[in-house]
Amino acid sequence: MGGVPISTPYWRRKNITWIYFLLPSIAIMLLFFIYPILLTFFYSFTNLALTGEAAKELQFVGLDNYTRMFQDPTVRVSIWNTLVFLIGSAVIGQQVLGFLIALLMKHKNKTFRRIIGTVVLAGWVTPEIVCALCLYSFFGDEGTLNAIITSLGISPVTWLYTVPMLTVILANIWHGTAFSMLVFQAALDDVPSEIEEAAVVDGASKLQILFRITIPYIKETITTNMMLVTLQTLGVFGLIYAMTGGGPGTATMTLPIFMYNQAFVNYQLGYGTAISLLLLLLGIVLSLFYIRSLKE
Amino acid sequence: MNTKQRKLIYRILPYVILAFIGICFLLPLLWVLVASVDPNAMQSLKMPKQLTAGNYADVLTSSENQRSFVIGLLMSLGQAVIVVLLAVLAAYPLSRYQLKFKKPFMLTILFMTSLPITAVMVPVYQLFLSLKLYDNNVGVVLFYVASSMPYGIWMIKNFMDSVPEDLEEAAWVDGASVITGIRKIIAPLMVPGICTVAIFTFSGSWGNFFVPYILLQTPEKFPASLKLYQFFGQYGMVDYGRLAAFSVLYAIPSIMLYILSQRFMSKGFSMQGGTKG
Repeated sequence: MGGVPISTPYWRRKNITWIYFLLPSIAIMLLFFIYPILLTFFYSFTNLALTGEAAKELQFVGLDNYTRMFQDPTVRVSIWNTLVFLIGSAVIGQQVLGFLIALLMKHKNKTFRRIIGTVVLAGWVTPEIVCALCLYSFFGDEGTLNAIITSLGISPVTWLYTVPMLTVILANIWHGTAFSMLVFQAALDDVPSEIEEAAVVDGASKLQILFRITIPYIKETITTNMMLVTLQTLGVFGLIYAMTGGGPGTATMTLPIFMYNQAFVNYQLGYGTAISLLLLLLGIVLSLFYIRSLKE
Repeated sequence: MNTKQRKLIYRILPYVILAFIGICFLLPLLWVLVASVDPNAMQSLKMPKQLTAGNYADVLTSSENQRSFVIGLLMSLGQAVIVVLLAVLAAYPLSRYQLKFKKPFMLTILFMTSLPITAVMVPVYQLFLSLKLYDNNVGVVLFYVASSMPYGIWMIKNFMDSVPEDLEEAAWVDGASVITGIRKIIAPLMVPGICTVAIFTFSGSWGNFFVPYILLQTPEKFPASLKLYQFFGQYGMVDYGRLAAFSVLYAIPSIMLYILSQRFMSKGFSMQGGTKG
């Protein structure tokens, strides 16, 4: 199967073996990326474990991991938490806040825009673990937030214990909003100002312009951004793990944390893999949806 | 409220909201910056009574910390270089040939770009145990490379598509080989694209915590991200000043690379006019 060059007859004469160009990257992706994905399917039907009997002999256990998964109340909690985290931090938080910042920044003082933009971007550029540390101490019992509300005469709150999910959601918003902000800034700049001006002449209110003209105009960007942000958030581990460790109890236990606990704390690799598969399937469904929305 | 007042409010309100958002984003960040120069840093943000460079000095003079920074740099650099090299090679036929499988291949690549790496870590761990790559920094780099290849190929291919073929053909006429053409004609024209991918790959690996956390075990082999976590996991966050100083130092490469990438991206393809006129 020889490649036919696009434009020049040079290729036919030289007869380049294009496959050698692709081989190294395909090989490395096959071994370290695609093969592990296939292994996920395989291991999830086994009793793979790091300790005990199962560590010595790998056995097929059929659907055991899955029946266990569907009976495990922590799985239900984790799925629920993952959804809350996804919707709260990615769909609503980063998207809406990013859009709001981009919208409010339009036609504003340049220096002011730059200052706000830089502060928001700083959270994005900062590595995940540093974000976790910053937000942990912000919400900590003796942290900045409590210092502020105490000085206002309100008694301090143990944020990480009373509203742990809210704190990790806010942390992820802090870390990720800049991406949506940048995307929406670019998109809003592309909306032709003539259309909006014409609507103003016709007597449309600001809200009407926003919902009838601006948002429909950048609809595609919104869908694409939503998918990207959701997929990024689905795999978030370090931020939650370092801030709350999935607790207290199971309050911030999302699927990645639960998977980690089962596989590496309880040494149940097979069961952990079954949970990975759940996460992977969620990712696959979302990715396919994303690719479809891109193609349209 | 008359029209004039309402107009004034409409003008000021966005600034008020933006300023509030800005402060919310600033406060956690300000803490890490201030605490890093405060000899008596606490969990909450406060004005330091005196300033010190001692926290930074402590972090920088520790040989353990130095090692974690060097390891992190080597791993991220290695990964970025390998990804760029392999992606340029792979992107070439994808950009220049009409291949039957090109479309499904590119869609697969795009699909893989968006999969959460978190989901494959358990089988990767098992795979690394059986390949004897567990607790091996080179192994971690190889996995990083594999997981950033889809993104790398996708981006590089798009950048390469916009490099005109005419220049390359001119080089062939002068007797250059295909590889020489890539090296001397295409690569220099793609510098912004190559830098974007390299920077993105580098910071992705520099900032990553989960992958080395799963695949490494010996503290002597930890890159900076793991070292930092070890810092605030084990010591119960007592030494806030040093912890903050370490965090700032660790975040600097990511921030500098981001600023650098802005410059590359804004430069765009100023060379594209090469075949005009």
